[in-house]
Amino acid sequence: MGLTKSSVGIKAVDIGLSIEKSENEYVIALAGNPNVGKSTVFNGLTGLNQHTGNWAGKTVTNAKGVCSSKKHSYIMVDIPGTYSLMAHSTEEEVARNFICFGKPDAVVVVCDATCLERNLNLVLQTMEICNNVIVCLNLIDEAKRKGIRINKTALSQKLGVPVVSTVARKKKSLTTLLDTVDNYFDKKMIFKPLKITYNEKIENAVYMIEQILTKKGIDGVNTRWLSLRLIENNKSLIDDINKYLGIDINSDDEIKEAVNFAQTLLSNSGIDENAYKESIVSSIMSVAEDICKDTVKYDKGRYAEFDKKADKILTGRLTGYPIMLLLLMFIFWLTVSGANYPSSVLSNWLFYLQDKLHVLFDILKIPPIISSIVIDGAYRVLAWVVSVMLPPMAIFFPLFTLLEDSGYLPRIAYNLDKPFKKCSACGKQALTMCMGFGCNAAGIVGCRIIDSPRERLLAVLTNCFVPCNGRFPALIALISMFFIGTATGTFSSILSALILTLFIILGIVITFLTTKILSKTVLKGIPSSFTLELPPYRRPQIGKVIVRSVFDRTLFVLGRAAAVAAPMGVIIWLFANITVGDSSILNICADFLDPFAKLMGLDGIILMAFILGIPANEIVLPIIIMAYMSSGSLTELASISQMQNLFINNGWTVTTAVCVMIFSLFHWSCSTTLITIKKETGSLKWTVLAFFLPTIIGIVACVIFNSVISIFV
Amino acid sequence: MAFTRCLNDIKPGQFAHIKQLCTDENMHRRLLDIGLIENTKIKCIGKSPFGDPKAFLIRGAVIAIREEDCKDIMIDD
Repeated sequence: MGLTKSSVGIKAVDIGLSIEKSENEYVIALAGNPNVGKSTVFNGLTGLNQHTGNWAGKTVTNAKGVCSSKKHSYIMVDIPGTYSLMAHSTEEEVARNFICFGKPDAVVVVCDATCLERNLNLVLQTMEICNNVIVCLNLIDEAKRKGIRINKTALSQKLGVPVVSTVARKKKSLTTLLDTVDNYFDKKMIFKPLKITYNEKIENAVYMIEQILTKKGIDGVNTRWLSLRLIENNKSLIDDINKYLGIDINSDDEIKEAVNFAQTLLSNSGIDENAYKESIVSSIMSVAEDICKDTVKYDKGRYAEFDKKADKILTGRLTGYPIMLLLLMFIFWLTVSGANYPSSVLSNWLFYLQDKLHVLFDILKIPPIISSIVIDGAYRVLAWVVSVMLPPMAIFFPLFTLLEDSGYLPRIAYNLDKPFKKCSACGKQALTMCMGFGCNAAGIVGCRIIDSPRERLLAVLTNCFVPCNGRFPALIALISMFFIGTATGTFSSILSALILTLFIILGIVITFLTTKILSKTVLKGIPSSFTLELPPYRRPQIGKVIVRSVFDRTLFVLGRAAAVAAPMGVIIWLFANITVGDSSILNICADFLDPFAKLMGLDGIILMAFILGIPANEIVLPIIIMAYMSSGSLTELASISQMQNLFINNGWTVTTAVCVMIFSLFHWSCSTTLITIKKETGSLKWTVLAFFLPTIIGIVACVIFNSVISIFV
Repeated sequence: MAFTRCLNDIKPGQFAHIKQLCTDENMHRRLLDIGLIENTKIKCIGKSPFGDPKAFLIRGAVIAIREEDCKDIMIDD
C-alpha cells in the first residue's frame, strides 16, 4: 500500500530525467529486476525512506537521493524494476529512458543472487546500452541458505564489469558496494564489458544500419543498440529519441530505407519480426546460461522447503480463502481492540488541553471571537482528527506493512486471479486493492503494475471501493457506537472486527460487480495474458517496519489530514456562527440538503460533511461532530458514549449509522485521489466517471437500504 | 513439427522443457523477459485455490501463469 511522501506525489516522485549535479558528483542509476531489493539498497545508501515491500512492481517511478562514500558524493536514482529494457510497459520505458537518456555516470544493476541467470538478462541488456555497469549481487544471504554459491571473481571476469555482493538489509554490506563504486571511478581496475554477438544475419543487418547512423552523426545513444531496436520497430524508443535527443528518425528517409532493407533481408532469410525478437532474447539468455554454468554452484539442499509448505497452506484449495479472510479479520481485530484505549486517552488529553488553551487565551486578552475561531474551530476539529485517526492508523499501518514485507500480498493476487479473470480483469488488481487500504491515491499509482491499459483502467476506477485509512477510523468508531453498544471486552472487539470485515467484503463484492459491469460496457474486452511473480517468503524486519510505518506513513497521513482539518475547522466554525436572517449558514445549507439526504437515510449535516470532506476523508466525522456541537448545547465530548449520545440526540438510529458507513464506503474519492486519477489516466472523462461511479452506487445503496428498513420499521 | 503437449499437461511436482511459444505478442515478450526460451526447464509447483492460475518454477523464480496462456506454451513429450 505504498503510502509515503513519495507515493502521493509530495516529494521525490518521478524526478524525470534531468538530474542536476555539481562537478564532483556522480549520478548512479539503480536498475534491476522487480523485487530484488533495489529500494532497500537505495534506502540503505541514501537514508531515504523509499517505500519497500516484498512484491514485484512496487517502485513505479524514479526516485532520487544523495549519498557520500569516503571519496565521492553520489546522486542515486532508484529506477523501476524491470525484467528487460525492451520497453513494453510504462515502468520499462521509465527505466530504459533513464539509462539511455539520463546520462548516469554508472548503472548499478541490482541482481537477485537466488536467480542470477534471469537477472543477467537485464545486466547484459543494460551493458548493450551503456558501458558503465556495476553488478550488485543482492540477497546473497538468501542464496547461501538455498545452497547457491556464486564465484564473484569469475563472474566479474566473464562479464567484464565489477561485481560486488551485498545483503541490502545489513547496512554494513553496502559499504563494500560504495567502495567498489569508488574504485570504479578512480579507475583502479580496467574493465572490458562483454559484448553479445547475435546470429550472423542479424549482425550483418545491424552493421548496415549502424553505418548509416554513424555517418549521420547520431550522438547520445549507443548506435549498435539503437540499430538493434530499429529493426524490431520499437516505436516508443523512436518517439523518445525525438523527445530527449531532438533527433527525428521517422523523418529521415535514409535511415528508414536502411531499416526497411535490413528487415526485408532478414525476413527473406526466415527471420520475421517475431523470430527476430526471439533470436535476440535467446542469444542473450544463452550467454547468461553459459556464464552461470561456470560461476554458479548449486549445493544439493532443501530448496525452498519452507516456501513450498507455506504456499500449500496459504494458497491451498481449501485453506487459501479462509486464511485470507481470517487474516483480514485478525488485523482488524488488533486494530479495533488496540485502538480503543489510546483513542480515549488521547481525546481526554486533547480536550483537557482545549480548556487550558481557553484559559491561556483569556490571560493573553485575546478577543473572544478569535479565541473561539482558533480553539472551538481549528483546534477542536484537529483534536478529533488526531484522537480518532492516530491510534487505528498507528496499529493498522505497521501490521499491513509486515504482511507486505513477508511476501503474502502477491499470494492474495494469485488466489484472487480467477475471480478477477471472470470479471475480465487482472489478478494484480488485488494488489492495487490492497494498496488502496492504505491510500487510494497510492493504490491508483500502483495500478501501473497492470500492463493492459483496459485492465489498468478497471483497477483505477474501482480502487476507491476499499476504504482507505482516512475512512477506516470513522467506520470503526461508528461500529463501536451503534453495533457493539454495551458489550465490552474481547467479545465486543471481535464483533466489531467481524462487522468491519463484512463491510470490507461488501466493498470487495462491489469491486467485482463494478469491474464486471464496466468490462461488459464501457471497457469491453477479454482478459489479457497474465504473469505474476511469487517472491520467496521473507521474515519481515519487524523493528524497521514499525518505525518506518509509524514515522513515514502514519505521521505523514496524519499531517496531511491535520493540514486540511484545521482550516476546515475554521470554515465550519464560520458556517455555524455567521447568520443570515434567523439561522446560520450551516443550518441553511443543511436544510437545503436535508430532504435529499433524508431519502438516503442521512441528514443534511452528514451529507454536507461528506461534501466538505473532499480534501480528505478523515475529516468527515469530525465535521459532523463539530456541526452538531455548534448548534447544540454540548461542549464537552470526551468519550465514545458521549459521542454516541450526541448522534442520538441529533436523530441518529442504527439505520443512519449503516447508511453513513455505506456512503463512506461508496462516495466520491478525495481530491488527492481524483487528481491522481486525472494524472494516471490523462483523461477528464475517466476522472469524471471515477467521481460519479462510486457516488451513484452509494446513493442508490443508501436509498434502497433506507427504504427497505423503513418498510419494516 | 507440431508439439502435442502444453504446459497444462504437467501436474504439480512434474517438470518439462519448453519447446515452442504460441502465445500472443504481448505474452510472448513477457515470457521471453523472464527467460522462457526453447529448452528452458520449467517445473509446476502448485496451483491456486481454484486450480487456475498455476505456479511454475522458471530459472529460480516462481511465476504464476493462467490456464489459457499455458495452453499456448508447448513442451516436450
